[in-house]
Amino acid sequence: MRDTARLPATVGYEMMSEEETETPPEALALDAWHRAHGARMVPFAGYEMPIQYEGIVAEHDWTRAHAGLFDVSHMGQLTLSGDGAAQALEALVPGLVSSLKPGKMRYSLLLAEDGGILDDLMITNTGEHIALVVNGACKWDDIAFLREHLPDEITLTHHDEQALLALQGPEAVDALGELVPGAAELVFMTAGYYDWNGVPLWISRAGYTGEDGFEISVPAEHAEKLATALVEDKRVKPIGLGARDSLRLEAGLPLYGHDLTAEIDPVSADLTFALSKKRRETGGYHGHERISAALLDGSQRTRIGLVLDGRLPAREGAEIFAGDTQVGTVTSGGFSPTLGHPIAMGYVDAAHAEIGTSLEVQVRNKRLPARVAEMPFVPHRYYRGS
Amino acid sequence: MSRYYTEDHEWIEVEGEAATVGITEYAQEQLGDIVFVELPEEGAELEKSKDAAVVESVKAASDVYAPITGTVIESNSALEDDPSLVNSSPEEDGWFFKLTVADESELEGLMDEAAYKSFVEGL
Repeated sequence: MRDTARLPATVGYEMMSEEETETPPEALALDAWHRAHGARMVPFAGYEMPIQYEGIVAEHDWTRAHAGLFDVSHMGQLTLSGDGAAQALEALVPGLVSSLKPGKMRYSLLLAEDGGILDDLMITNTGEHIALVVNGACKWDDIAFLREHLPDEITLTHHDEQALLALQGPEAVDALGELVPGAAELVFMTAGYYDWNGVPLWISRAGYTGEDGFEISVPAEHAEKLATALVEDKRVKPIGLGARDSLRLEAGLPLYGHDLTAEIDPVSADLTFALSKKRRETGGYHGHERISAALLDGSQRTRIGLVLDGRLPAREGAEIFAGDTQVGTVTSGGFSPTLGHPIAMGYVDAAHAEIGTSLEVQVRNKRLPARVAEMPFVPHRYYRGS
Repeated sequence: MSRYYTEDHEWIEVEGEAATVGITEYAQEQLGDIVFVELPEEGAELEKSKDAAVVESVKAASDVYAPITGTVIESNSALEDDPSLVNSSPEEDGWFFKLTVADESELEGLMDEAAYKSFVEGL
């Protein structure tokens, strides 16, 4: 028995680049804590990361029903400061940044000069500066790209002294609210500073599981204390990268390095919601021309969701067919614990992208019937205020 | 009746001229939740150390290799309805397939239970 698909490439938040496999992975601030809680650790994005504790399905289900604690400290926490930081960033992303009010955040895309997606990221106006959370496997390239393309008077800081924890699930709000007074008042895509027994926390109500939840930036030296306090709550369990991947797939959220790459533009990626309306007209960002053309004419290939019958999952790389013709490729796929059948994401020629279209996916020597389905596969449950 | 183990975590139990193959407790634990098992068809000719079956867990697809050369006599149809049998009973009810023993000398290179146990402890 050997894995045909190597683990770090198939599970997690982003792909590990080849260079990173050459240097030994770094230990997270919570490394000992994860091991003490029974985690199986694997190298991922340059770190030893917990892939699972008690098992992916149990952890997945726990997060959908209660609250899961994820260590996402491998992700890059960056800030931009200096006059005009928001405007300067707007040259590299298709979203409005300068109009973000303090405490508000937005999902966006870091774009190469040709409009290809270099990374997906969260942008927050903290009041003091513009904060970015970028994918762990992309962070060094992102930093280099930002340094190259932002004016010299904008200061870019990499906050590698901060750990990042995500608390996700329907009971996350009660668990965190009891520990950190006031945090429960945040709504989806807002953030603020909080004090936890003298420890400064930057908390945002966001995440990547489709559930209501939070991301908590905490000084690394206090991360263990916070993680312990959180799992002392019976509603909270530590959850690994394996379940993080199955949760985000069910939520229809693309994974950089798999569902998004530098060859793909935001329209093909079906992320037009990240193209702020006003900026579609005013432009002034990388790839605006290509993106405008794609918006007007439609893109040739587009990201879709697929639902499969039976139990055999179609995974990344599986070819998608309409009759005898290959019309696309699966970019991530697996078995949905919540739905009890396989689901996948992939790119197909626009002619085959309509919801309900019947297609086939090749898995080894079998052609599996599949149909194009609406995403998210499992409804989002974000808290947008009462 | 004797049971042998491979370094790829398959077990094979030989009973006269036939043998039963499955994956070990260690293997199922490593794989995690198993959602599908693709088994060889009756009559399939398997070759030692070549692909025999595929196990799909939530996280990945893994190949299972034939511990010895032989012809498939029967596959475990119970795994079609309930692949999680491999998790709950990997070395009993969760067996994969039975095959003929084409060449008994192929068994000599395999580990016995004690050898496999220390092999796993060393991983």
